[in-house]
Amino acid sequence: MASRLLLKNLSKRHLLCSAFASRSASTLVLAEHEGGSIKAQSLSAVVAANSISQDNSVSMLLAGSGSSLQQAAKRAATCHPSVSQVLVADSDKFEYPLAEPWAKLVQLVQQKGGYTHVIATSGSFGKNILPRAAALLDVSPVTDVVEINGAHQFVRPIYAGNALCTVRYTGSSPCMLTVRSTSFPVPPISANAKSDGAPISQVDLSTLDEDSIGKSRYIKLSSEDTERPDLGSARIVVTGGRALKSAENFKMIEKLAEKLGAAVGATRAAVDAGFVPNELQVGQTGKIVAPELYMAFGVSGAIQHLAGMKDSKVIVAVNKDADAPIFQVADYGLVGDLFEVIPELLEKLPEKK
Amino acid sequence: MKIMVAVKRVVDYAVKIRVKPDKSGVETQNVKMSMNPFCEIALEEALKIKEAGLAKEVVAVTMGPANCVDTLRTGLAMGADRGIHVEAASELVPLTVAKLLKRLVEVENPGLLILGKQAIDDDCNQTGQMIAGLLGWPQGTFASKVVLDKEKQMATVDREVDGGLETLCLDLPAVITTDLRLNQPRYATLPNIMKAKSKPIKKYTPQELNVEIKSDLEVVQVTEPPKRKAGVILSSVDELIDKLKSEAHVI
Repeated sequence: MASRLLLKNLSKRHLLCSAFASRSASTLVLAEHEGGSIKAQSLSAVVAANSISQDNSVSMLLAGSGSSLQQAAKRAATCHPSVSQVLVADSDKFEYPLAEPWAKLVQLVQQKGGYTHVIATSGSFGKNILPRAAALLDVSPVTDVVEINGAHQFVRPIYAGNALCTVRYTGSSPCMLTVRSTSFPVPPISANAKSDGAPISQVDLSTLDEDSIGKSRYIKLSSEDTERPDLGSARIVVTGGRALKSAENFKMIEKLAEKLGAAVGATRAAVDAGFVPNELQVGQTGKIVAPELYMAFGVSGAIQHLAGMKDSKVIVAVNKDADAPIFQVADYGLVGDLFEVIPELLEKLPEKK
Repeated sequence: MKIMVAVKRVVDYAVKIRVKPDKSGVETQNVKMSMNPFCEIALEEALKIKEAGLAKEVVAVTMGPANCVDTLRTGLAMGADRGIHVEAASELVPLTVAKLLKRLVEVENPGLLILGKQAIDDDCNQTGQMIAGLLGWPQGTFASKVVLDKEKQMATVDREVDGGLETLCLDLPAVITTDLRLNQPRYATLPNIMKAKSKPIKKYTPQELNVEIKSDLEVVQVTEPPKRKAGVILSSVDELIDKLKSEAHVI
């Protein structure tokens, strides 16, 4: 009884404290780049940095080697008005984003820069690297943050998003986070928002601790080459479940996605059955998406799948089973056979603009 | 080679959880508990490696209060040779778990440490990466395939990443965290459950392992997520297209 009261009073005090916590912060953003450009989701980390404190200097850290890295650095310098510095780690060791050299790099840069916060987006890059770096710096990270309530208070989903946990970080600097890009959308940035661009400086890697680097080697990446929009950031997502019955049938989902200019998603069951590759999986342990429109065909609506898409603005569900749990989250439901509904949709939908 | 597997006792994946009215946490009293599904996959992988003749012993480790031993017994019933229970009364943050695991690794000297990629209660996805960092071992996280080369002392790991399937080569000793498609865990058969009762479980306390249980994270409150407004069941594709155009304005 007493402990419950204590908890209530503590949380009131903490919520008050965070409202006043606008001391200056300095944030290191771990950014990803590809083909000379900054990956869009890395910008969500910059947006998240803005929520931490009004007075926050944001430094963007890039690693890699060669001309595409230096080109990405130039783009990083003007990618967002809040970025005040770009740090570049240029070395063969960073040719591929492996966790072992990256964690050592973050440790090195943090020790030199003394940032109050270190942020990465919660994708496979951030999830793989940030906790390892946090262990080297002896701090507990807060992962998969969906809301920031001040410099040290964060909200994150637990139990497949069926509950939200507000945690307060009480340790020493740096406070390390991974943030969900769907929770920190990047507003369109006008071309001349920042004319000069942030200064770019090369990280001195001469004192980089070599221990544990070289014990892992990148072999290859197998991925589907597709013209379709990226699943994590698409405006519309069309998802198929096990009811599609075969990889051949799944092509219907792809046709519909094509018509709508949408990305294709899949349930765990569909991936397990081999209809589609793993990178299309939406769910608790797959991709988290929050598009304007999510259309689920032959998807029952298991808790773990809902975890990945229930923040979509509009959800449409088509399923033969009127009792399928998916209908509890759908804004518009159609109880019917997807093998009839999809061809009808293909026929009747307007061409995408 | 010895393989160490960390397993966690969590609320069963099929349970519909409830948030306590006082917002202090999730209701776990009288709720079905099980081994974390990703930990089952981790243990299964270790057992397969042993059955292929590439490892001599599989040691299962769990940390927490006394009831965690149930999960350890399940692991022993699946086929682990020995169990280790680090007894701790309070919730341990991943960093503390990683520090405790490090001490156990120093005692046991395994050639491979396998963990589930995340626990389905806190969904942290941190412990494997942290212990790998503390040990200075290479890490293969979100593994969907592991092939060991005993001669070269290497593991080739396929990882499920945002862009597809990434293949890495890791020098042993290494840390691997398991993803869903790595394998299908076996069920513990009744004879094995009986055999498990006599397999040894060694107990440690954090003090014995020289690890201080401190925490730099405080739970302020646990709440329910915002509920979606109830939707409508439509009667035709025409109606659906119309609603999406004129009501939702998404197409």
